[in-house]
Amino acid sequence: MRAKVLLLLLAALAVAAVVTCWEVPRDEGPVLNRGLAAEPESLDPHKGRSSQAAEVQRDIGEGLVSYTEQGELVPGAAQRWEVSEEGTTYTFYLRPEARWSNGDPVLAEHFAFSLRRLVNPETASFYAQFLGDLVNATDIIEGKKSPQTLGVEAVDDLTLKLYLDRPTPYMLNLLTHPSTFPIHPGSFHEHGESFVRPGNLLSNGAYVLEKWVPGSNIAVRRNDSYWNNAETSIERVAYHVLVDAAAELNRYRAGELHITSDVPPDSFQAVKKQYPGELQVSPTLGVYYYGYNLTKPPFRNSPELRQALSMAIDRDMLAEKIIGRGEKPAYSWVPPGVANYEPTLMSFASLTQEERNTIARGLLAEAGYGPDKPLEIEIRYNTSDFHRRVAVAVQAMWRDALGVEATLVNEEFQVLLANVRAREITQVFRASWVGDYNDAHTFLSIMQSSGSSNMPAYSSSEFDSLVERAANQTDLDRRRLFLEEAERVLLADHAVIPLYFYVSKHLVSPEVSGWGDNVLDYHYSQHLSLSASE
Amino acid sequence: MLRYTLVRLLGAIPTLLLVIVLAFLMVHAAPGGPFDAERALPADIEANIARAYHLDEPLPQQFLRYLSGLLQGDLGPSYRYRDYTVNDLIGTAFPVSLKLGAMAMLLAVMVGVSAGSAAALRQGSYFDRTVMAFSMTGISIPVFVVAPLLVLLFAVKLQWLPAGWSSTTSASRIVLPVITLALPQIAYISRLTRASMIDVLGRDFIRTARAQGLGTMTVVRLHALRPAMLPVLSYMGPAIAAILTGSVVVEEIFGIPGLGQFFVRGALNRDYTLVLGIVVFYAALIVLLNLVVDILYGVIDPRVRRR
Repeated sequence: MRAKVLLLLLAALAVAAVVTCWEVPRDEGPVLNRGLAAEPESLDPHKGRSSQAAEVQRDIGEGLVSYTEQGELVPGAAQRWEVSEEGTTYTFYLRPEARWSNGDPVLAEHFAFSLRRLVNPETASFYAQFLGDLVNATDIIEGKKSPQTLGVEAVDDLTLKLYLDRPTPYMLNLLTHPSTFPIHPGSFHEHGESFVRPGNLLSNGAYVLEKWVPGSNIAVRRNDSYWNNAETSIERVAYHVLVDAAAELNRYRAGELHITSDVPPDSFQAVKKQYPGELQVSPTLGVYYYGYNLTKPPFRNSPELRQALSMAIDRDMLAEKIIGRGEKPAYSWVPPGVANYEPTLMSFASLTQEERNTIARGLLAEAGYGPDKPLEIEIRYNTSDFHRRVAVAVQAMWRDALGVEATLVNEEFQVLLANVRAREITQVFRASWVGDYNDAHTFLSIMQSSGSSNMPAYSSSEFDSLVERAANQTDLDRRRLFLEEAERVLLADHAVIPLYFYVSKHLVSPEVSGWGDNVLDYHYSQHLSLSASE
Repeated sequence: MLRYTLVRLLGAIPTLLLVIVLAFLMVHAAPGGPFDAERALPADIEANIARAYHLDEPLPQQFLRYLSGLLQGDLGPSYRYRDYTVNDLIGTAFPVSLKLGAMAMLLAVMVGVSAGSAAALRQGSYFDRTVMAFSMTGISIPVFVVAPLLVLLFAVKLQWLPAGWSSTTSASRIVLPVITLALPQIAYISRLTRASMIDVLGRDFIRTARAQGLGTMTVVRLHALRPAMLPVLSYMGPAIAAILTGSVVVEEIFGIPGLGQFFVRGALNRDYTLVLGIVVFYAALIVLLNLVVDILYGVIDPRVRRR
């Protein structure tokens, strides 16, 4: 009797499960399916942090300035702008035809309101410092002044003025970032913090947020009120959160994704052979490097040792054979392709590896190490098959060329970060840096002594002063000279061992047109179109 | 009866409290914090964020704050997914995991018991040996190998089923995940059933039933099945645990927004509130289920109540 009841219960459960699972698929028309490598933390412009959050935000919002698919700056919400002679006042004239998704016009006051919220300590925004050059920005973030004192002014409905502490030549690049996008003050006051929920969130961009299933996907649809809506081709876009690159590849192969966010390293060669026309590989603004802990021996005060270790690594072989996914070996700190900049190469860039090894051995001896006093160090990296592969290669190179014994230590990412910041036990550690905007400053500024992302704790007054002077320079050519000199100093000190520069790898279905490779790896959905399918 | 229930209920509270305290301590003991990243935050911004999430308060105070929220049913905001509260996330994820787990369990029991019984009835035959070989592979091959293989075959090559959860809203998206999750359990249950059934079929009362002229299927259905199922029943506990843990991998591979995926991501992201919320949720669920079972026992067997 009891068993019968149990069986009936199970059967009912099964039926209920199937019934609730079954939804009649609605015909919504063509959808662009994109892969996202991680779930966005938030779609609130002031609370997002990851590049994945920015990717989605770029579709559902628009800043004063925007980019073309080729990475060129173009007017966004602002149709034109003027910069004062000293470079410290920017005046933006907004488009009169710009609209929010509910039909309201986009006003200068919305931008001002938004920027004040960005720096407001209560918002606790990760990117509060992004426009740190605005007058009073730093004081407001530290709680010393009210957000109302921020150097922004809505002169009238369509005119916005930004006041800066110093001429920031890359200011326009900064204003393409989602943290500078406007929010609708009326909506914010009505809904409070839930103004970002699907259904509430107003958009001044090409698309509007429709649905967000955490852990699965984000769906957006066309914003009919967008000023440039006529140029938007695709009706709906779905971002699928796929952390596992192999699973993402399977989805692409099954025809369920049009664009992948990455290609799994182990499958790269196979994918290259199988989908030659669909694989898009392009250099981006990122550098993968090994950092030294410069606050402790053996690397403190030992430039010969640092140089020796850096020279003994065969970067060409590393990039081509060990990694083999199109990455470029790094002989400088700033990646190639950065606007208005020519990276300095390391002094040994043009030598053969044999020559480098010979010199390195000499330098090692100078530093006081040799067969009777062998060097034993630790390479730390965050747990990943790929990082391990690189570390094993470097370990072998150091052993073969220099007789240095390196131990490999892998840690979970957060643990590694904590250890690197603590600067107690780390020696050589794996790190990376991705630029925020297309300017050398984003790579060089982090290595200032005061930089919070200065992982090796590099401290050079010469470097600091060069970067400072560049930051205050309005003449672009002179500024460039300062920056290039700063890089030369950084490389000559061998504070870091840049290994390779990142490339972006995407599989893009032949159904998609309009895709352009750019060094920022920004691909706005409004620039793309789908050829007729399904 | 009432006193029995109350006693059981009161006994559950200290258990739950202990779980919360331990989980809280462990989660905060892990090195690193929810807002650490390679792109370090400037000191004043870090301070702002710490203040906004009360991370700058002493630990006991944070705990009390959490506890008082808990008593009001508020599991707190997610530290990582800033647009959502933990209640939101568990609310959307739990039904998905439940559906997945329940269907997998059902499939496992139905297929496992049938296969095991059939094998037991044909002991020694090719059929028996094939079933046992299959179950051996089902036990040995891990989920994260089976799942991609199934996806490759059914989604990529044959294109019969979707490769991922978010690719479609039709019911077909549950097929591969349920099968993947159920396979190891089918393997275990079939072996268990077979062994148990063989044992039962050898007993005297079965011989009596046969002697009375009953057909094989009738004997199995009326007399052999129930006693043979006892080991399977006691395996249900570990089976449910295995499905809960196995679901993490399945959810990751198919992109299913279930509790397992949030749990792992929460741990890796040091999303204290999310991890704590899920732990508390599971603990409360288990305590509740135990309580229900205890009460049912009390209802069915009066002797228990007097104790």
